[in-house]
Amino acid sequence: MDILPAYPAWLIEHGAALAVVLPLLTGAVCAVLRSERAAWIVTLIVTGACAVVSFGVLLTIFAGEVQIYEMGGWEPPYGIAYVIDGLNAPVLFLISAIAFIGTLYGIPSVTAEVEPGKRAPFYGAFLLCVAGLLGMVVTGDAFNVFVFLEVSSISTYVLVAMGASRDRRALAAACRYLILGSIGATLFVVGVGCLYMETGTLNMLDMSRILSEIGGGSRVALVGFGFIVIGLGLKLAMFPLHLWLPGAYAHAPSFVTVFLASTATKAALYLLLRFMFVVFDPSFEYDTAIITYVITTVAVAGMLLASLQAVYQTDARRTLAYSSIAQVGYMLLGIGMATAAGLSAGYLHLINHALIKGALFLALGAFWYRYGIMRVLDFRGLGQIMPWTMGAFTLGGLSLIGVPFTAGFVSKYNLAMAAAANGWWWAVGVIMAASVLAIIYMGRMLLVAYFQPPPEVDGEAVAKNEAPLLMLVPMWVLAGLSILIGINADWIVHAADGAAMVLTAGGGVRP
Amino acid sequence: MLGTVFDNYHYAVVIILMMTGLYTVFASGNLIKKLVGLSVFQTSVFLMYITIGKVMDAQPPILEKAKDYALNVSGNYTAAAGESGGGGYQFVTDIAYSNPLPHVLILTAIVVGVATLAIGLALVVRIREVYGTIEEDEISAIDYGYNLEGTSR
Repeated sequence: MDILPAYPAWLIEHGAALAVVLPLLTGAVCAVLRSERAAWIVTLIVTGACAVVSFGVLLTIFAGEVQIYEMGGWEPPYGIAYVIDGLNAPVLFLISAIAFIGTLYGIPSVTAEVEPGKRAPFYGAFLLCVAGLLGMVVTGDAFNVFVFLEVSSISTYVLVAMGASRDRRALAAACRYLILGSIGATLFVVGVGCLYMETGTLNMLDMSRILSEIGGGSRVALVGFGFIVIGLGLKLAMFPLHLWLPGAYAHAPSFVTVFLASTATKAALYLLLRFMFVVFDPSFEYDTAIITYVITTVAVAGMLLASLQAVYQTDARRTLAYSSIAQVGYMLLGIGMATAAGLSAGYLHLINHALIKGALFLALGAFWYRYGIMRVLDFRGLGQIMPWTMGAFTLGGLSLIGVPFTAGFVSKYNLAMAAAANGWWWAVGVIMAASVLAIIYMGRMLLVAYFQPPPEVDGEAVAKNEAPLLMLVPMWVLAGLSILIGINADWIVHAADGAAMVLTAGGGVRP
Repeated sequence: MLGTVFDNYHYAVVIILMMTGLYTVFASGNLIKKLVGLSVFQTSVFLMYITIGKVMDAQPPILEKAKDYALNVSGNYTAAAGESGGGGYQFVTDIAYSNPLPHVLILTAIVVGVATLAIGLALVVRIREVYGTIEEDEISAIDYGYNLEGTSR
C-alpha cells in the first residue's frame, strides 16, 4: 500500500511547519467564534488536516529520509530548524491522530460538561494545546521547545479548569498543576541556559556535536543536564514528581483527560529521550550514571507504588490516573536499560499506552455522560446497561493488564525480553508484579460491572442505554487498534526500532 | 571561597532569589503567596539569562560602521562590515559587544511568565468564588469532605 505519491510535494516539504501553524492560527479563530458547532467543525477539520499531514511526513521518514525544515529560510544553527526523524515522526502522528479522534468525541462530551458560553473558546484552547504539543515534538531548537512547552501547558491549565462546571475540584487541581508545571518549565529553561553557556548554541544537533567534541563538557553542562531531567520529569509525571497528575486527570472534562492522558506526558517523554540520548550522549559519565541509577530507580518505584495507589482509589478516573504514572514507569524502565532493545520496548509502550489509555478514558467519559458515574462502586451492571461501551473498556483494561493478543502484552513482553537480555531478571519480576497489581485494579472494575446486577430505580432495573455513536466510534477505533497491534505488531515494532536507531546513533548505547 | 562568591555575585543573587521563590511556593498555604513565590522564582531565571549575555567592558550590540571591518575569505580587509554577516565574511572587530541573544530569549520567557501569572490569578479568583477561601489546607479539607459524601464508609 503506497499512499505517499498521493501527497503533493509542497505538503510534505512544509509538513512540519503546517502541523504546528495550522492549529496555532485556527486556535485564535476558534476563540472568537460565537457558535460552538462552527468551532467544533473547525477543530475537526484542522486536527484532521494535521493528522493527514503528519501521516505523510511519517511515511517519508519510513522511506529513510530525515527532514530538516528551516523556519523562515534562516540557516541553522542561527535560525530555528524543525527536525523530523524516526524518533519524533511517530509521536507527531500519534498526537495529531489522537487529537482528531478525540475531537469526534467532542460534540456529546463538551456539550455535557462545559458551560454554554465557553465551548467555542474551549475548542480554541484545545487547538492551542495541540499546536504546543506538536511544536514541542517537531522543533530542533532547545529554547523553542520551552516556548511550545509553555504554549501547551498554559492552554492545558485552562482546559483542566474548564471542568469546574461539572466538578469544582477541577479549579484546585488546575491551580496545583499550574504551580508545579511552571516550576517544571522554569527548571527546564535554567537547564537550557546552562547548555547555552557551555556550547553557545541553541540548536539541538549543534549542541550535541559540540558536547561530544568536548567530551561531555564541564560542570555547567552537568548542572544543565540535571535541571533538564528534573524539569521534564515534572512534565512527564516521573514518579516522585507526579503529584499534579491524578487531580488534573480526575477532575478535567473527559474530553481533556482523554487527550492529556494519551499525549501530554508522551510529548514530554519524547523530549527526555531526545535530551538524554541525542543532545547528551549516553557515553558521558554523568549521563550513564543518571540513566542507570536515577531513571531506573524512579521507574521501578513508580511502577510498584503508583500501581499500589491505584488499587486503593475509589474514583475510577483517579485509578486510571495512578495507573498512568505506573505506565510511565514502564517506559522509563526501557530508558533505564539503555540498550537498543530496551529503548525500542519503552518507545513501543509509549505508543501502545496512548491508545489504551485513550480508549479507557473515552469509555469512562461515556459512563459519566449517561449516568454521572465516577466511582468504581457505581459500575454495577454496566456490562448489561452499556454493553458496547463496557466492551471497549474491557478490551482497554485487558490490554492495560497485558493479556496476550493485546497491545499491552506486546510492549510488556518486549520490555521483559529486553530486561532479560540485559541480565536484569529482577526487572522482569517487577514488570510481573506491576501487572498483577494492574489485574487487581482493573479486575475490580470489571467484576463490579459484569457480575453485579444493575441498580434498581423504583423497583425496575435500569434499562439498557448505550452511549451515542460519536462516543462509541472513537473508543472502538482505539480499542480495536490495541487488539490489532496485539495480533500483528510488526509495523509498530518497526516504527519503535526506527526510533531506537536514532537514539543509538550517537554510539553510546549498547546494541 | 568568599572571593569566588563575590566574583560571581550575579550567580549568588540568582541562586538566592531562586531558592526564596521556591521556598515561598512550597511553604505558604495561601495561593496568592504561592503565585508571588512562583514569580520570584521565574524572575531569578530571567536575571540568570540576562547576566550570561553581558560581556565585561562591552558595549551594547549595535554595530558601529566606522570602527568595524571585515575579513573576506582571501584574507583582505574590506569595508563591507555591517552589511552582510554570512557568506564569505568573517567579522573581526576590536570592539567587545554584549551578546544580545539571551536578552531576546528572555523577552519571550517574560511574556510566558506574565501569561502564567494571569491564568494563575484568574484561577485563584474562581477558587475564591467557589470555595470561599484561598488557603490550600482549607480547600483540601473541603474537598476531603466532598469526596466522602455519598459513600457508605
